[in-house]
Amino acid sequence: MVELVVFLIAAAICLGGAIGVIVNRNPVHAALSLVATLFGIAVLFIAQEAHFLAAVQVIVYAGAIVILFLFVLMLLGVDRSEDLTIEPIKGQRITAAIVGVGILGLTLIALASTSGEATGARAEPGSANEIAEGVADIEQIGESLFTDHLFAFEITSVLLVIAIVGAVMMSRKVRREDRVEDPLVAAHQAEAEARAAAAAAVSPDSDTHADAEEVEA
Amino acid sequence: MLAVAEVTPSWYLVLGALLFSAGAVGLLVRRNPLVMFMCVELMLNAVTLTFVTFSRMLNDVHGMTVVVFVLVVAAAEVVVGLGIIVALLRKQPTATADDLSILKG
Repeated sequence: MVELVVFLIAAAICLGGAIGVIVNRNPVHAALSLVATLFGIAVLFIAQEAHFLAAVQVIVYAGAIVILFLFVLMLLGVDRSEDLTIEPIKGQRITAAIVGVGILGLTLIALASTSGEATGARAEPGSANEIAEGVADIEQIGESLFTDHLFAFEITSVLLVIAIVGAVMMSRKVRREDRVEDPLVAAHQAEAEARAAAAAAVSPDSDTHADAEEVEA
Repeated sequence: MLAVAEVTPSWYLVLGALLFSAGAVGLLVRRNPLVMFMCVELMLNAVTLTFVTFSRMLNDVHGMTVVVFVLVVAAAEVVVGLGIIVALLRKQPTATADDLSILKG
């Protein structure tokens, strides 16, 4: 009974937030709706006894990612409303609805074809990756992360460093004296300048020719 | 007293499918690049919910480990994406997704 009530409330919060993200004209309100969805998913994680992931979900998503969104929105001052009545591409809304219903239909058909059962192999009883009763999930995730997925975990740190460097590169202001000249562009410009100079050198000649012709005439 | 229906794992999977399609529709409909990013986050969250559900169904902790990786990749993706959007919106404060065709800056 409790589980049902928790599921229904959390699912309603999730779906309400998702619809809010789509239909809110103001991006700040959309970001706040996203927080509602993330929170609802955290509640559903707890309902499935994934306590560590629920905490991480709130800390990383609601605490870091959405804050990043809000920072960008407010620092750049782009929080003005979007006119949702404009349909930029003709038939875009209808196509989007068809695609959405198609994705939903396909996933539901896939789910119904196995009558709601997972078809994968269950964890072997007694193996390290079996979810044991009475063991904290953080302990098990940690063990799995630092044994079976150690290489992926290390690569993740490289990914994060690359992301930070990329973000700094992208969002830094380029000063004029720092600007790196593209050798191809420079060569192109030099060529164009030389051509212009040549044309300038030729045109006085043609003028004098014309003058000479006038004199002859 | 109402007949109490039992919450089976497939309820969570259906909810995940609903959230995923909502995110997909939002991604296709909205034009503000920031809101499009939020819709991508919505889709990623639907997938993590599905992963945790399968983890419970198969009694296997690997599904939860994958969620940690999804979280990290989502964070990296948001950082780089927002960097691009900041660079774009600084030039053109009213930029929509249509203006992203001129990424060279």
